[in-house]
Amino acid sequence: MGMTMTQKILAAHAGLDEVKAGQLIMANLDLVLGNDVTSPVAINEFNKAGFHSVFDTDKITMVMDHFTPNKDIKAAGQCKQCRDFCSEYKIKNYFDVGDMGIEHALIPEKGLVAPGDCVIGADSHTCTYGALGAFSTGIGSTDMCAGMAKGKTWFKVPSAIKFNITGKLPKYSAAKDVILHIIGMIGVDGALYKSMEFSGEGLKNLTMEDRLCMANMAIEAGAKNGIFAVDEVTLDYIKDKVNREYKIYEADPDAEYEAVYDICLDDIKPTVAFPHLPENAKTFDQIGDIKIDQVVIGSCTNGRIEDMRCAAQILKGRKVAHNVRCIVIPATQKVYLQAMQEGLLEIFINAGCAVSTPTCGPCLGGHMGILAKGERAVATTNRNFVGRMGHPESEVYLASPYVAAASAVTGKISQPSELE
Amino acid sequence: MKAHGRVHKYGDNVDTDVIIPARYLNTTDHKELAAHCMEDIDTEFVNKVKDGDIIVAEANFGCGSSREHAPIAIKASGISCVIAKTFARIFYRNAINIGLPIIECPEAAEKISDGDEVEIDFESGVITNVTKNETYQGQAFPEFLINIINSNGLLNSLK
Repeated sequence: MGMTMTQKILAAHAGLDEVKAGQLIMANLDLVLGNDVTSPVAINEFNKAGFHSVFDTDKITMVMDHFTPNKDIKAAGQCKQCRDFCSEYKIKNYFDVGDMGIEHALIPEKGLVAPGDCVIGADSHTCTYGALGAFSTGIGSTDMCAGMAKGKTWFKVPSAIKFNITGKLPKYSAAKDVILHIIGMIGVDGALYKSMEFSGEGLKNLTMEDRLCMANMAIEAGAKNGIFAVDEVTLDYIKDKVNREYKIYEADPDAEYEAVYDICLDDIKPTVAFPHLPENAKTFDQIGDIKIDQVVIGSCTNGRIEDMRCAAQILKGRKVAHNVRCIVIPATQKVYLQAMQEGLLEIFINAGCAVSTPTCGPCLGGHMGILAKGERAVATTNRNFVGRMGHPESEVYLASPYVAAASAVTGKISQPSELE
Repeated sequence: MKAHGRVHKYGDNVDTDVIIPARYLNTTDHKELAAHCMEDIDTEFVNKVKDGDIIVAEANFGCGSSREHAPIAIKASGISCVIAKTFARIFYRNAINIGLPIIECPEAAEKISDGDEVEIDFESGVITNVTKNETYQGQAFPEFLINIINSNGLLNSLK
């Protein structure tokens, strides 16, 4: 029996010729990641366990992104703990305010992940790097601690669901709509413990940023990882970023899948996930008049330069509606700078948006845009759970940058075609 | 090894944001986290939970973020075990790693009601509903898992 792409990567990292779904393996890690919320718990465990060294100072990264720039004294203490630890153990890839970005936008941009890598991160959206053809999955702080110390971790080899992508996205439909459509179809536990493998002739029409957005939300279907077949788009993206050897893995033609879904991009319409689960996906024929109070454009899902361009395309020459706050957060310093150079920040500010330094901030209800009781937000983020962006009685509607920007202009959940 | 207590019952998809809202993640202190456990789904939880109590929920318990603060908050509240139809995978791993016993048992998740008195034998996987006089068969814990739980977490068990 053949292996899936994920199984091949895991077999190689466990030093095995073959693995099967359900098999328990010990795998070598190429990168271990943490942020300012999860790393302190890992560091406490590291010290308690009495470790005195890390496995590789180049293969650990900490990104201060959740509550930064420090939102309060306690958050400042957590960042200080990470900073001190990285200094003590000479961890090279420590990213703090000034050169940081939202981790899952920053790590690929810095070339820290290559195709075929095996990556763990103490952040559930670590599955994002599957866009590059790597195996990458979220774990907790204890696993991060053990990974930093030993460079290995155990996995149960996952089975997989295959998504065969064809066609091309219509105007104003986005990668976000594709993944919301898929989560709506299979549910928030539709891929529980499994891999979501994306391949097919339609991949050539999805940019790397589209793929990062889709792989990012694999966790919202419960998946262990999302992974894209490596092609010219991948190689073009990494060529000036990754300067080390890597290996490309392909699924065997006879690999076993628990299910195969055909996704034709031509059919994807602007989609909104209603509170309080990402699976509550609706298209505009099912959406009435829903007034909003806030729009957030950013996050590890949709804070990249193409997302900024999509939002700017809608907001150019228009104004954010009265009594709506629109917060735009470029995901990294590089995206911020590029958005400035391309004149996008000027478009946002002229439209009446607030533009922020990179931070996860409002996505998880940390800071920089918290909702009051009864308020509603349209956000390009990834979760709309109860209380996710603030008060437990507030609401988050997940959408693409196009829909978020159009909604900011009209003050209700809207698609761009309503503005034409 | 056994757990015994009163049940706090919840539904499907109890996510880590309601188990411990992110606004409290500026600390790693177990007691501070426990003070806000389940706050956005059940404001009374922290007042009514007693040492040894058990959480029972439906499918996909612990979905969402990878924050280990979620099982830590539950354990520090005094909860001795979580039973659910299914668990989200990161939560499952995190709970075991910090020494919070969890059991997948669809039958128990379906039949146990809020407030029931329940006993769990981890070696055999037998869940006894004392209130309803019923038993359900969950997964038995293998020896290494018992060892992790008794050691109060994975890292302690490796010492």
